[in-house]
Amino acid sequence: MASITLKDIVKKYGDGFPAVNGVSIDIGDGEFVILVGPSGCGKSTLLRMIVGLEDITSGELEIDGARVNEKAPRDRDLAMVFQNYALYPHLTVGENIAFPLRLTKGKFTEEEIREKIEHAADLLELREHLDRKPANLSGGQRQRVAMGRAIVRDAKAFLFDEPLSNLDAKLRGQMRTEIARLQRRLATTTVYVTHDQTEAMTLGDRVAVLRKGELQQIASPRALYEQPVNLFVAGFIGSPPMNFLPGQVADGAITLPFGTFELTDRLRDAIGDRELVIAGLRPEHFEDARLVDPTKKDRGQTFEASIDVTEWLGAELYAYVPFETHDSVASKLEELDRELDGEGMRTQFVVALDAASRVRDGDETTLWFDPDAMMVFDPESSENLTRDDETAERLDRENEEDRRASLERASARAAKA
Amino acid sequence: MGSVLTTRARVVWGVITVVVLVGALFPVASIFMTSFKASADINSGTFLPPRWSTENYEQILAPSGSAQDLFLSALRNSVGISLIATGIAVVLATLCAYAIARLDFPGKRLILTTALGVSIFPVVSIVTPLFNLWRSIGLYDTWPGLIIPYLSLTLPISIWTLAAFFRQIPWELEQAAQVDGATPWQAFRKAIVPLAAPGVFTTALIAFFIAWNDFVYGISLTSTSAARPVPAALAFFTGESFFEEPTGAISAAAIVVTIPVVVLVVLFQRQIVAGLTQGAVKG
Repeated sequence: MASITLKDIVKKYGDGFPAVNGVSIDIGDGEFVILVGPSGCGKSTLLRMIVGLEDITSGELEIDGARVNEKAPRDRDLAMVFQNYALYPHLTVGENIAFPLRLTKGKFTEEEIREKIEHAADLLELREHLDRKPANLSGGQRQRVAMGRAIVRDAKAFLFDEPLSNLDAKLRGQMRTEIARLQRRLATTTVYVTHDQTEAMTLGDRVAVLRKGELQQIASPRALYEQPVNLFVAGFIGSPPMNFLPGQVADGAITLPFGTFELTDRLRDAIGDRELVIAGLRPEHFEDARLVDPTKKDRGQTFEASIDVTEWLGAELYAYVPFETHDSVASKLEELDRELDGEGMRTQFVVALDAASRVRDGDETTLWFDPDAMMVFDPESSENLTRDDETAERLDRENEEDRRASLERASARAAKA
Repeated sequence: MGSVLTTRARVVWGVITVVVLVGALFPVASIFMTSFKASADINSGTFLPPRWSTENYEQILAPSGSAQDLFLSALRNSVGISLIATGIAVVLATLCAYAIARLDFPGKRLILTTALGVSIFPVVSIVTPLFNLWRSIGLYDTWPGLIIPYLSLTLPISIWTLAAFFRQIPWELEQAAQVDGATPWQAFRKAIVPLAAPGVFTTALIAFFIAWNDFVYGISLTSTSAARPVPAALAFFTGESFFEEPTGAISAAAIVVTIPVVVLVVLFQRQIVAGLTQGAVKG
């Protein structure tokens, strides 16, 4: 149990390129914090600096208030799960889990070690595999062994480096809930690195979004989703991603590629006297006009769209609508797409419709959306003009309350058991 | 793997295998047969000895044998010198190769290229200067006088094979060990050495054979039975008379020195377990 504090952490490699640049994060005791970002954003480097496998160029790293910059990994008392598990192939599963305990020479008796192994094995349902070698295990089992090795030590914090990226989709979902359950139960401070925004949103108490070595925003998943600070965070969080459309503002109305709409007061205040903005609309803000709930239909507006491709997923239907972009924002959006590991192939926006919708490829159809749900970004600074700090703070506060409540529930349940 | 060969392909492969086996093993078989021929039958021209005789083995091994002194002391020298040279080479090469595979330090490439350069340097061109140098500093005709040049033969190849081997061992294993609470030395000993063991055994085997088979250094840097190894000693065998070639005794000695090699291969092959690293990382 420990808090971890990062103050202005910088990592520069030999060529002077900063892989991590001035990152400051306060990780509270028992908190589950996710470091997320596209490839090359420095998230793994940051984690490896926390655990001590990379030197810190400048800045301070504190664990429980004590500076640990110069400490060797083994003196930091942190447990790490590696992306490729890093199990010792010559040891059995049981001995793999016992490895950290055996290194403490004499601190534990043979009896205590055995008890701890069995406790960890029960938690992770590995008991019948204790005598097998890692080579004979499935990917999910290996992953659990790696976690067993981490939890057996009662380390101050767990560090995960993309632990699920080598598993197939189904197993990934299962292990995700497993990790969440385990973290709640053990209430151990956890830092988790991933490039997958779904993992980040589902697991994290707070999520830190990194871009090119710089921290963009750290907030609760909901605050990130609803109140992103800039284009990058808005585009990274959410699946399918947010649609970015060029919007020309004139006479209190905004012209989007598919029509001109009146601005609400909230948007008008946010936009100010800008003439060109980037409008952000999440796919679920659109509906099939024929299926919109009549009570909310009046709040929004409808427009004609020609559907290019549809994807029916059972629970919902994604429809892709091509549009003509505006020259002055095209390069900005292309750059953003590249940063988000996209290919920037064609300009289209995606809408998530009710699964009952009969919209199909090549259809001309009427779509509905609520202009007031729109986010507006400055095309120069990428800043989110519609962000409401108060709401964001409230969301984070609520999230923190929820976290504490669920920790209490978990400890109460553990006490009962 | 697993594809079934056609009959035709199997026949062709069978023929090739037999040709290679005969080519490789016929000289050994011939020496083996010769070693059992009595001195009168050496020139019999037959493959099998007309009369089986252990006369040649008695000559080199029995207390009364004429070449016994020469051979047994040479055998002792060969075993001792080769083992010591192998041991030193493997220990040094393990540490060196580990550093080369894991650490980033200036001059890494220089070490590797130098090692390669040394190993391809022709032995005959340094043996004469070495002879003079050894005589003046007192290493001539001593064990260290052979162990040192043998190291120059065994170290480069040991460093190269072991460095390649260490590179295959995932670095994460060591980092995981360090995070788990191991010192760098413990991480090396507990996580890396067990995985490197097959590679170390293989390297030791190769190094031993190089030292064991050397002839040029052995014959040039020794003068008495104090340090002369077997391959050199064979050249000093004499026949019963000046006109008689000691072919039989040499054959017997050759067979005797082949035995340790065969034994070593059989023993160490069990240690060389392939695929030990499987499952360490995503398989």
